[in-house]
Amino acid sequence: MAHESTSANPKVNYEYRRRKARDEMRGQVTSFAMMIFMTFIAFIIVIADFDKFYAFPVLLVLAGAQVVLQLYYFMHMSHKGHGTAALFLYSGALIAFVTILTFLTIVWW
Amino acid sequence: MDMNQKYTARTWPESPEKTTLEGKNKFLGFWLFLGGETVLFASLFATYLALKDKVPGNDHALAADMFELPLVFIMTMLLLTSSLTSVYAMYHMKNHNYQKMQTWLLITVFLGLAFLGFEIYEFNHYVHEFHHTFTSSAFGSAFYTLVGFHGAHVVVGLGWFTLLLVRNGKRGLNLYNAPKFFTASLYWHFIDVVWVFIFTVVYLMGMVG
Repeated sequence: MAHESTSANPKVNYEYRRRKARDEMRGQVTSFAMMIFMTFIAFIIVIADFDKFYAFPVLLVLAGAQVVLQLYYFMHMSHKGHGTAALFLYSGALIAFVTILTFLTIVWW
Repeated sequence: MDMNQKYTARTWPESPEKTTLEGKNKFLGFWLFLGGETVLFASLFATYLALKDKVPGNDHALAADMFELPLVFIMTMLLLTSSLTSVYAMYHMKNHNYQKMQTWLLITVFLGLAFLGFEIYEFNHYVHEFHHTFTSSAFGSAFYTLVGFHGAHVVVGLGWFTLLLVRNGKRGLNLYNAPKFFTASLYWHFIDVVWVFIFTVVYLMGMVG
């Protein structure tokens, strides 16, 4: 998406870009539908009162999947030119994971 | 490059948010900021998880006693939908349709305001019905810091959109303000990312046990 070469002469690619934008929008609406669907599943799991041994992993996977859709489709991380953005975000996510793991294991009351 | 050059849909560059050097820098700097925000929210989540349901006496309400699924569900739908409306706004930004971009951003702001209204109701409800306050327990402090910090981000996001819309109301869309609208919408999506974890970890997992 972030090709500087195509923006040099946008007139040439006008129809093509419009079509590409429409296709991208279709993908984004699909991911929105999937996020709504996953939210429903997550709430149903809680209402159905499953044991937390089963419920927790499923809830966390559903949340992770929603966040991936949000990052890659809504925040355009699937586009080219997001290498450094991904480096920043995943570095943050790594420290986030270690922080939560640490607090869960060494804090007691 | 003249930042205030007028464009039409046909002369508008493909990635207006990254056409200027300033836009490129904003884009990169903003993702670095989001990496930092991830760490910041992680520390609040970690604190909350460590102190969840840690109350000084049996008369204090716990997570499962207070949380109500319908309220959380409505708030989740509002914020998720507002994420989609800001995607629509950026779609029109890339097609250089300024009016539609403004309309969708305005809808986004109203959805965010509705979310905020529900959150204020929720906090007020906990304080008055359950005496669950910021200082009542470690659980209370951790809960309000985490969820309140997210709420504060919503306030900042709404203020950001509103200021951009007002400041650029008559300017029209150009390479000066396109990166600004783009970063604000990234911020708004990130707020929804954090909320996905809040409704899962705090509310849903809090209800399960």
